[in-house]
Amino acid sequence: MNDKNKPQNVSRRNFLQKSLVVGGATALLGNLKLPMAYAQTEQTKSTINSNTDKEIISYSACLVNCGSRCPLKVHVKNDIITKISVENGINDNIFGQHQIRPCLRGRSVRWRTYNPERLKSPMLRIGKRGEGKFKKISWDEATTLLAQKLRHTIDTYGNEAIFYQYGSGTTGANLSGRNTSKRLLNILGGFVDYHGTYSDAQIMTIQPYLFGQTNNNYGTQLQSLFDQIKYSDLVVMFGQNIAETRMSGGGQVTELYHALEQSKAKVIIIDPRCNDSVVAYNAEWLPIRPGTDAALVAAIGYTLIDENLINEAMLNKYCVGWNSDTLPASAPANSNYKSYILGLSSDNVAKTPEWAEKLTGIPADRIRQLAREIVAAKAAWISQGWGVQRTQTGEHAARAIMALPIMTGQFGRKGTNIGTWGGSVSYPVAGMPTSNPVTVTIPVFLWTKAIEEGENLTAKNAFIKGKDKLDVGIKFLWNYASNVIGNQHADLNKTHEILSDESKCEFILVWDTHMTASAKYADLLLPDVSGVETNDIINNSYQSGAYHYLIRMQAAIKPLWENRITYDVLAEVAEKLGVKDEFTEGKSYEDWIVYCYEKTRANNQILPPFAQTDGKGVIDRRIANSDEYIALKDFHDDPINHPLNTPSGKIEFYSETLANIAQDWQLDEKDKLYPIPAYLPAIEGIEDSASLVKYPLQLTGYHTKAHCHSSYANLPQLKEAAVDAIWINPIDAEKRQIKHGQLVEVYNDRGRLYMPAKVTPRIMPGVLAIPQGAWAKTNKEGVDIGGCINRLTSQRPSVLAKGNPQHTNLVEIKSLSL
Amino acid sequence: MQYGFYINSTKCTGCKTCQISCKDEKNLDIGPKFRRVYEYGGGDWQQVNGLWQNNTFVYYLSISCNHCQEPTCVQGCPTGAMHKRSEDGLVVVDQDVCIGCRYCEMRCPYGAPQFDQQKRVMSKCDGCYQRVSEGLSSVCVESCPQRALEFNDINVLRQKYGQERDIAPLPSSTLTKPNIVIRAHAKAKKSGDPLGRILNPEEI
Repeated sequence: MNDKNKPQNVSRRNFLQKSLVVGGATALLGNLKLPMAYAQTEQTKSTINSNTDKEIISYSACLVNCGSRCPLKVHVKNDIITKISVENGINDNIFGQHQIRPCLRGRSVRWRTYNPERLKSPMLRIGKRGEGKFKKISWDEATTLLAQKLRHTIDTYGNEAIFYQYGSGTTGANLSGRNTSKRLLNILGGFVDYHGTYSDAQIMTIQPYLFGQTNNNYGTQLQSLFDQIKYSDLVVMFGQNIAETRMSGGGQVTELYHALEQSKAKVIIIDPRCNDSVVAYNAEWLPIRPGTDAALVAAIGYTLIDENLINEAMLNKYCVGWNSDTLPASAPANSNYKSYILGLSSDNVAKTPEWAEKLTGIPADRIRQLAREIVAAKAAWISQGWGVQRTQTGEHAARAIMALPIMTGQFGRKGTNIGTWGGSVSYPVAGMPTSNPVTVTIPVFLWTKAIEEGENLTAKNAFIKGKDKLDVGIKFLWNYASNVIGNQHADLNKTHEILSDESKCEFILVWDTHMTASAKYADLLLPDVSGVETNDIINNSYQSGAYHYLIRMQAAIKPLWENRITYDVLAEVAEKLGVKDEFTEGKSYEDWIVYCYEKTRANNQILPPFAQTDGKGVIDRRIANSDEYIALKDFHDDPINHPLNTPSGKIEFYSETLANIAQDWQLDEKDKLYPIPAYLPAIEGIEDSASLVKYPLQLTGYHTKAHCHSSYANLPQLKEAAVDAIWINPIDAEKRQIKHGQLVEVYNDRGRLYMPAKVTPRIMPGVLAIPQGAWAKTNKEGVDIGGCINRLTSQRPSVLAKGNPQHTNLVEIKSLSL
Repeated sequence: MQYGFYINSTKCTGCKTCQISCKDEKNLDIGPKFRRVYEYGGGDWQQVNGLWQNNTFVYYLSISCNHCQEPTCVQGCPTGAMHKRSEDGLVVVDQDVCIGCRYCEMRCPYGAPQFDQQKRVMSKCDGCYQRVSEGLSSVCVESCPQRALEFNDINVLRQKYGQERDIAPLPSSTLTKPNIVIRAHAKAKKSGDPLGRILNPEEI
């Protein structure tokens, strides 16, 4: 628990309660200029409730990046939110009509709304960049400055000097914020976008080399829905933790429970942590050393070959590169996956279970047994979370796990998946039309490099897409609802140095609801409205599973303080740049919502007219028939007439394309790119013996229930419920005289942080885990006392996707006696 | 009539939505938690042939006031503020009568009565009797994303789910006869179990 927050919070809440009792809260707050006192000047809409003791209900939604999406029933009295409750479902006893129940984060929205760290007015930086010193300015000054800086950047460097920063603080918001920001930038000639995400860059980049390109993000068309587990007798999950990462009561955690209730399948979870899904699904926990999943898969393959459990004819029918016969002509001898497993390829190492047990920590006998279990299952579901791929050699690890269901014949049938997360169905909702004239994009993780030395980044050394190279570095950073700059990016100390040089990135716009660690890096800081203060129409987000739906969000309270909706602010900026008509097309924000709703309705006649959706929250809900979403089913049933979108039309254990990239690209000498799903030792992994001398512990991050990435991470109520602490096994703790709850220092050459220790048998010896997303905060010595893991993570990108390796770190830990 | 809670530990992910929704409903500040989620577990790690092996076990138990048949908090209350309602068997505290002596807190083996630092009196789970009288469910029950909680006539719950309530880290039910029914997690240990411990003492 964060005691520092205690007195402040108590008094603030106390005051709020008292003022409610006294009555006339608004007048009281206005006089005293408390943090939550709103600006009285801007009356937004007549639809918003006036002061009355009557309780008024509105439907909003939690807009964070958990992959799910929950409607929130917001209770308001006297224009103050009194509580959040759950939506009225249609019939909670029927799966598919059930309430979409928000998790503890969604239930915390009242506290988040009135949090003292909310931004309240436009501000201009007055101190050094990153120092967090600002002065209040007017909206007119702010929009004038923004217009001037955009004009200056475009005139001086061109549109390719503007980078729209990755950020997921309002994931799911459809029209507000992101969509409007991009629309204005596009009207002005465009901006450099990113490809990939901090969540899944590696897996999404590598997946097409095995299965071919799908048409949509997250490859959802290709993945089975969790509901299919109703047909499975075995479920094997690598580093997947649905119970913590997909917590919505309308989402995948619920779908998985529902499926398991029907099939009673055995669940095995392979993870360095005994995560909450192990508990929830009563799974067998196989602790594995971070970064060694591909070794486990190879050893499973070895067992299957050794025990004659491989169906070679089946593999040859569906795949290339399993054995030598199906290698492309260009491939060297013995470069196939089977030869690699048997030790016939260049490394001459047989990938026996005994070889793998030394790397993975899983006993050889258990590996053999696992191989037999998977191959003997009638229908084995195999999936992976994204932590596995968010590592230094993540592409290879993710690809190996995807190879496992293929190798064992557990794909294309009911109850199976293809080693990816597991699918979701989205509800299409129209947004504002916009398209970007700039086609060049950079890997999401390389923006600091693009600031440092943009002109040196090319397609072949930095996976630049849409152009051979960047012509100009990033000069203007547009950061909307994103705590990436100062929190979620790797190696924050290095990032700070890069951003401190104002000659490189000349201007940083941060537009957010809270004074995040990233907001402190703003040159211009704009306060956004939160979800409960704005309107939108949104869908079920990208991973709520089979359940998909349409939500109308309606503002429950007036925008607090001086905060304004992004669209209105951008319309003002557009006006100052002479493009207002083009931007608005004569429409107000409310007009756009109606317009987009009607566009959505045009494709879905069942939807009621807009006026009838007032106060409804979830307007339409559907449950998909998961039998229609079985990964690779068509290909499995008829591979000739349903070839994959790979060069061979088959599943590619050996990818000629990857082999060519390995030749063609300029890779760092320590980076290896294999055409097969080989195990590769990671830099700062368990085989990095030189680094292990100084830093003997592997540090991984995980997703906690207390916050979604960094969203909600500043709320004392949630910190109290689920403490941010570093997990350490009692064996490692005892060696270092660390006791449960004690403050510890975790450090490596990149930085230091302090946080309490959670001494628990739920993590394997040699591994530490920090819940990622805690807000970075440094003391005078530069030690992170906020507990942000990124003080310790590395900016060295992964080989192919150039993605973030933020779960691969070597560190040491020591107890602190204060 | 006696109300009670059903706690399905096999469906509890430890997410704590019940705890948070209760705090939101009851306007609780940092400190009091009318509902708490215990993380109970244990197990050892040993090196066998150079490899780490373990017998770790863990499960969650979401506990509020158990509205006991023989509530020791009521028995020990010197003012009568802590009382058991005759109409529904719910144990509630009358804050206008309570003097904040905290005897109830000391006596309760479940940690249910919580001291309100601002009012300097006790507070606790009242089963949301106001909501229940309006035909609604207790807010924790209604909020649980996994539907792992129920609130009903304890006889109905026992008919549906049986009698189990002696699960660690809870003490033996013979002490106060709690009106709860637990569906035990597969890894659950009996009350008085010597192998495990509460793994999240700072969170409860």
